[in-house]
Amino acid sequence: MAPSRSSVAAAAPWVAAAAVLVLGVVSVFIGVAQVDFSAIWSDPAARQVLVQSRLPRTFAIILAGAALAVAGLIMQHLARNRFVAPSTAGTVDAAALGLLAVTIIAPGTAIMGKIAIACVFALAGTALFIALIQRVQFKDVVFVPLVGIVLGGVYAAIGEFFAYRTNLTQTMSVWMNGDFSGIIQGRYETLWLAGGVAVLAYVFANWFTAAGMGEEFATNIGVNYRLAMAGGLTIAALVTAVVVTTVGAIPFLGLIVPNIVTMMLGDNIRRVLPTTALLGAALVLVCDIVGRVVIFPYEIAVGVIVGTIGSAVFLTLILRRSNRYATA
Amino acid sequence: MITIDSLTKTYGDTTVVNHVDLQLPDSGVTSLIGPNGAGKSTLLSMVSRILGADAGHVSVEGVDVFKAPSKQVAKKLSILRQDAHTTARITVQELVEFGRYPHSHGRLTPECHAAVAEALEYCDLVDLAQRPIHQLSGGQRQRAYVAMVLAQDTRYVLLDEPLNNLDMVHATGLMRLLRRLADDKGKSIVLVLHDVNYASVYSDRIIAMRDGEVVHDGPPEAVISEHALGDVYGMEFSVHTVGGDRIAAYFR
Repeated sequence: MAPSRSSVAAAAPWVAAAAVLVLGVVSVFIGVAQVDFSAIWSDPAARQVLVQSRLPRTFAIILAGAALAVAGLIMQHLARNRFVAPSTAGTVDAAALGLLAVTIIAPGTAIMGKIAIACVFALAGTALFIALIQRVQFKDVVFVPLVGIVLGGVYAAIGEFFAYRTNLTQTMSVWMNGDFSGIIQGRYETLWLAGGVAVLAYVFANWFTAAGMGEEFATNIGVNYRLAMAGGLTIAALVTAVVVTTVGAIPFLGLIVPNIVTMMLGDNIRRVLPTTALLGAALVLVCDIVGRVVIFPYEIAVGVIVGTIGSAVFLTLILRRSNRYATA
Repeated sequence: MITIDSLTKTYGDTTVVNHVDLQLPDSGVTSLIGPNGAGKSTLLSMVSRILGADAGHVSVEGVDVFKAPSKQVAKKLSILRQDAHTTARITVQELVEFGRYPHSHGRLTPECHAAVAEALEYCDLVDLAQRPIHQLSGGQRQRAYVAMVLAQDTRYVLLDEPLNNLDMVHATGLMRLLRRLADDKGKSIVLVLHDVNYASVYSDRIIAMRDGEVVHDGPPEAVISEHALGDVYGMEFSVHTVGGDRIAAYFR
């Protein structure tokens, strides 16, 4: 295993990039409107479909998939638990709760304001989770994400209570279930923010690797552990808030992609982050394409497809590997 | 020189380290010994700023470890804790490269690569460089962490019970390596040891603690004596000279 690992590591980002490119092209060509892209320069209608619908949707998928996978990678490393991700640490539910709060209290708030509030809630919700698991003595590898899922359930229940009284339950379910069918030009650009934050995560990758090795390890080499934790969780919360606000949550994505990539390539964040981001984008592209094709010309929301695949992979990972990494 | 000035740590009603004043030398091997709960590890953790002090000061060559930027301190002293285990799957080489972080902030310079290569070579880890650390044996992993602090290239290297969980082959190998570091590279090695005989054979100076205070401090000839050890541990020792080394027996 050892000798082949470095060659796998070298090839992985390129393979993932090629997959994103091919799937991206496929994504652009699939849709209800029959478009002859050879006439793109002469036919303004074709150009309009491409520029206003197909390209934005494809970009949105790539940005959301990549950023969520990166958020999951950083969260699982900082929490030192492979099953901690935005959807298993209460981050997603807290972001949706924040979004609900701003929708009820100040419905006219601009999109960036909504994202900011959702981000604050997501950060607070995740911080509470981290504080909880740091206080709990019993740090079983499966117990930790279960605490997060329960905590997320509490956030969701609070949201449900207020959403029911304000007739917003349907809106809530839209936030909790990612769907790219409504994406057109002018409705997805906030996702570039998530993409930018993911790039920022790459810049500070060594910090996160060091912090994930433990507080004493980080302190010894002069890395401010608390700052690295706060920075990493802020990145994860911001990504989650942007995605939930713009397209809705994509469950388990931030969990399964980092697990698959780190299983192959190890835990050096700087080295695995590009592959994680690209594989996240590729997976959402595949799921979105599947969702668009199976009941054509109708669509199944991408959150349903990723959630189905993701929960199966999550169970497999927990059952297969829980013992091996329990106290390793 | 590391100057420790009236350093104190209290947990509830228990004073773990009680107004300790010490000066640690800028070269050689210094061992901290004493019974469980004497405050050795707590003292070492405070000296290396991993643990905050309730009172007192620590300065390394004039730099206050609690107040100076962490990165500046990281160029002067390194700490290796026994419980430094991790679930992260990184290779030996990647671990050792982290030792260069205070110098390069993650962008390795040619100087860094040379230091990493030298550290791997010095700790006999060249063949294991690409192996993930979680696949190593306890002795190999301990060597990998030593290589990391070696690459960090600090004058002062602090180790908290580095021999825990090592068999006698690996324990002796590690002590030889640390002695060599002090002799060849002029580093100051400060370590907490439970085995008084390793302390006796490899140290230039032994500091014995009991109940949060330093009770004996001097060369092995002074501290490894029936009277001093009996005073520190509260049990009977018989000290013999074996091949020039002072060896304490305490098994009966």
